[in-house]
Amino acid sequence: MNTDETVIQAENLTKRFGDFVATHAISFEVFRGEIFGFLGANGAGKTTAMRMLCGLSIPSSGTARIAGFDVYSQTEEIKRNIGYMSQKFSLYEDLSVVENIRFFGGIYGLDRRLLKHKTDALVERLGLQSEAKKLVAQLPLGWKQKLAFSVSILHEPRIVFLDEPTGGVDPVTRRQFWALIYEAAASGITVFVTTHYMDEAEYCNRISIMVNGRIAALGTPEALKKQLNEPSMDGVFYQLARGAKHNP
Amino acid sequence: MVSLSNISKTYQKGSVKAVTDISFSVGEGELFGLIGPDGAGKSTLFRILTTLLLPDRGTATVAGYDIVKDYNRIRRNVGYMPGRFSLYPDLSIEENLQFFATVFNTTVAENYHLIKDIYVQIEPFAKRRAGKLSGGMKQKLALCCALIHKPKVLFLDEPTTGVDPVSRKEFWDMLKRLKDQGITMVVSTPYMDEATRCDRIALIQHGRILSIDTPQQIIAAYPSPLYAVRAVDTARVLHLLSTHNAPLNSYLYGAYIHVEMPAWKETQATQTLRNVLMTAGVQDIEVKPVTPTIEDCFIKMLTT
Repeated sequence: MNTDETVIQAENLTKRFGDFVATHAISFEVFRGEIFGFLGANGAGKTTAMRMLCGLSIPSSGTARIAGFDVYSQTEEIKRNIGYMSQKFSLYEDLSVVENIRFFGGIYGLDRRLLKHKTDALVERLGLQSEAKKLVAQLPLGWKQKLAFSVSILHEPRIVFLDEPTGGVDPVTRRQFWALIYEAAASGITVFVTTHYMDEAEYCNRISIMVNGRIAALGTPEALKKQLNEPSMDGVFYQLARGAKHNP
Repeated sequence: MVSLSNISKTYQKGSVKAVTDISFSVGEGELFGLIGPDGAGKSTLFRILTTLLLPDRGTATVAGYDIVKDYNRIRRNVGYMPGRFSLYPDLSIEENLQFFATVFNTTVAENYHLIKDIYVQIEPFAKRRAGKLSGGMKQKLALCCALIHKPKVLFLDEPTTGVDPVSRKEFWDMLKRLKDQGITMVVSTPYMDEATRCDRIALIQHGRILSIDTPQQIIAAYPSPLYAVRAVDTARVLHLLSTHNAPLNSYLYGAYIHVEMPAWKETQATQTLRNVLMTAGVQDIEVKPVTPTIEDCFIKMLTT
């Protein structure tokens, strides 16, 4: 992680839907190569905030720069410089492993020679040689998720956004997935990740916890545990999120 | 109340084995958990037990009825909350509930005591369409609809998937209260930490049962001493431990690294672990014996 270089900078970022304030003046920064955990209860405003950071939704007020680009006026540049993966949308099930890699690489404008090289390297890295021509639908979930993550960083984005990437994955594969995240971060890609697994919160350099549209806490897992006097992240999350629950 | 004997099911003309030779039984009033990742075969078992899918081989009964011959009786006596939200999105909360009560030839009033605790939480929004509800409210409504005909057995397929830890805990508190009212439940979840909320669990992967017992017994059967290790540079510590020959297995576990050791005395094991790290120049080392969790047990079964 390089704290001299900020790749996400948000200042009072706000999104209103009518009277409802989904994201309320959130401010934070994320550094190059950092693994940043973005936590919160369902409905706390995480998805809305993430959509703004990805250039998919224009904020109501506040400012944010993503990889140096403005979230109001440079949304196309933002999209070209980030990767995105979620549990719900990742790959085309009715395309093969290699076809998916080529398709997404093509969309991000990788030239044919580079793409060929990257495809081979990726298939080998994930040990998918004998599955390369199989439809993605036939892969076990854990492999799909690892492939989806690798495809989302194929174009070497500055930042990759991961929305619950490990939901439903077995505990061994979940750890292999995090090894890929560490590798990406070490290569300088910033990882912005949401999760409902509190042990995964511990794997992040820093985390923020959103409660009712605001960032209620932000810091290293160690610092947050100390601050709230809780032995585990579970305890930290309960303390912060529980009070806010009676607000459907 | 539920009994399966050698149940197997394949898809795509036998090429995909969904579940293989599954046998277990669930006693009256028991809260039974099917614990395993996506694709393990949990939903297939639910569909077979709720008579929505025929097995290729094996037999099963629910509430004393055969899943093939007596499917009609089973449908009247079980509640089923599928993994995907399956209520009518264009009916309101109260309309959905009334609909399900009517279909089962009963009234909301007759069994209101069963759902009261849960329903009061969504009642302020009774006129809202189900499609417009938040995830947590949908889940509560689905549970009410699955309960309103007072089923003998309640099947809940991944009710907490994608739900935040606080809401998950609240949901299991609700199940505990239902259990106290005598309802037999079969619940599936990919979250290992929820296993301890069940009376007994089956750990399931690739369509097969890895282990079946009380969570306490499964933990007690963990074969090796387990240690939690922590120092500043987690990645480096993990690398050092994984490449050393003493630990049987090392992996990340929250803020710690869990290390499975041979059957050595505690002093010998901790000293060995400290030495490995100190020799490499690692400082501020914490090493302590820990009780395995269900997740540790699952990892052990997947890696041996």
